[in-house]
Amino acid sequence: MANTMDSPRTAVSNPPVQPMETNLTQRDLIRRSATSELPQPERQLTPVAKLIDVSKCIGCKACQSACVEWNDTNPEIGENVGVYTNPHDLSADMFTLMRFSEWINPETDNLEWLIRKDGCMHCADPGCLKACPSPGAIVQYSNGIVDFVHENCIGCGYCVKGCPFNIPRISKTDHRAYKCTLCSDRVAVGQGPACAKACPTQAIVFGTKEDMKKHAEGRIADLKSRGYANAGLYDPPGVGGTHVMYVLHHNDKPHIYADLPDNPAISAVVQTWKGATKYAGLAVMGLAAAGTILHGLFAKANRVSKHEEQEAQEAVDHADKREENA
Amino acid sequence: MSSLTDNTSANVAAAKAGAEDTIRRGPPVEVVRYGVGKRINHWITAISLILLLLSGLAMFHPSLFFLTELFGGGQMTRWIHPWIGIVLFFSFFILFAQLWKLNLPNRDDVKWASQIGDVIGGHEERLPELGKYNAGQKFIFWGMASLIIVLIATGIMAWEQYFGLLTSIPTQRIALLVHSLAAVAIILVFILHVYAAIWTRGTISAMTRGTVTGGWAWRHHRKWFKDMAGRGRIDPAE
Repeated sequence: MANTMDSPRTAVSNPPVQPMETNLTQRDLIRRSATSELPQPERQLTPVAKLIDVSKCIGCKACQSACVEWNDTNPEIGENVGVYTNPHDLSADMFTLMRFSEWINPETDNLEWLIRKDGCMHCADPGCLKACPSPGAIVQYSNGIVDFVHENCIGCGYCVKGCPFNIPRISKTDHRAYKCTLCSDRVAVGQGPACAKACPTQAIVFGTKEDMKKHAEGRIADLKSRGYANAGLYDPPGVGGTHVMYVLHHNDKPHIYADLPDNPAISAVVQTWKGATKYAGLAVMGLAAAGTILHGLFAKANRVSKHEEQEAQEAVDHADKREENA
Repeated sequence: MSSLTDNTSANVAAAKAGAEDTIRRGPPVEVVRYGVGKRINHWITAISLILLLLSGLAMFHPSLFFLTELFGGGQMTRWIHPWIGIVLFFSFFILFAQLWKLNLPNRDDVKWASQIGDVIGGHEERLPELGKYNAGQKFIFWGMASLIIVLIATGIMAWEQYFGLLTSIPTQRIALLVHSLAAVAIILVFILHVYAAIWTRGTISAMTRGTVTGGWAWRHHRKWFKDMAGRGRIDPAE
């Protein structure tokens, strides 16, 4: 039976029962790290997105549990330091994290408890992929998912420097980079991400990017009607948009949500390092090497003459004589 | 005069041991330019630098990623690169401690550098008589020293395995950019160093057997040669 559904439309329903061809293979790659000539795929998968509505989040951490469960990771048991955020940070074993912020709204003087589910944003223009030196260690599929291919990862941590959101973490055990995969292994067979499936309030929803934007519009209209004049969709254009988006009730100041960047973009330093430096550097080194080889082949070498050897000999004899006289 | 004679005999004793900066009467006349310690030190530094540039270039440009195969794959390359850097740093600075004084610039260096055309043209006779090092060699010495400091400092900041949390991510980005620029610069200095040693015939034996011919010292470092001869640092005839 032919498969008509290339990307899952929801995380809520059960997996499809009709046979479905596995997608997200090599032929669906649109970008591959440290690879200049990647043949463009013959087909274009429908772009997917996860939408996180922070206003509906109750902070239950079911998404974290589902993530640990599905990815079979074992985050270290930490220590309670008096905050709800637990574990304290993303790690190679914790791909998503609810970050809790207490913010006093200066307009209303109300304490607002902001909860943001942190994790990979799956940028359309991924900084991690740009920085990665290892061919094929980071890939981007035509549905928008950015994935780490661990067998190609060398553990250098360049992705950590490339990422505008501070997401990737290098495992101290196997020295490879880890982050949210947007459950690419589930999406490839027609299921939505584990976190979205587990979310009891549907603060996390999943589907095509288009559907998610439409869904967000409804949520934003609702929030605006409730007095959140600055409610909006966080789909930052600086990274070409993301495949994980937020509905924020204060979209005019994303930084209040545990330092979510206001205008994320790949750092200019990273752009210079992976752009001009890489190409000009290689060219300069190549020219210098070629130049010396040519000079060596065609120019006259600097040789010591017989005459100079004699002069040295005479100088030694002369020195001897002086010594005898002394 | 007796004190001078004592001094000379002491020098002769030193010369006997094949010490550095002594003339061997020959014939042919030879000069010991580097003792065995400095030569071993130099080659440890040289091998480290070559391994660093191979492993570093592998991570610098995708077209050179295949160089990781020399080190047993990408993971091994990533692991070994910083450790070789540590070896190079210590090896180089043991050498540095012994050579820095002789590499301080002087008036002759200014003249030499201003007549760079005569240097490249091989017109040694138009250049000032020089001590053990010329301005080009000094440039390489100080260039290597300063770039190695920059590379070790930025390299440690980028060493994810142990120092990933030492500095902030924006600082690490700058560190990596500076590290790659300094690496390109040191490769250029390295190319200049190797090529100058090849182009100036008779130089390489200084770092292999430790000696150069009398004529080489006379042509390129006459002040150094005259100084040795003047102080009687001459190996007695066999």
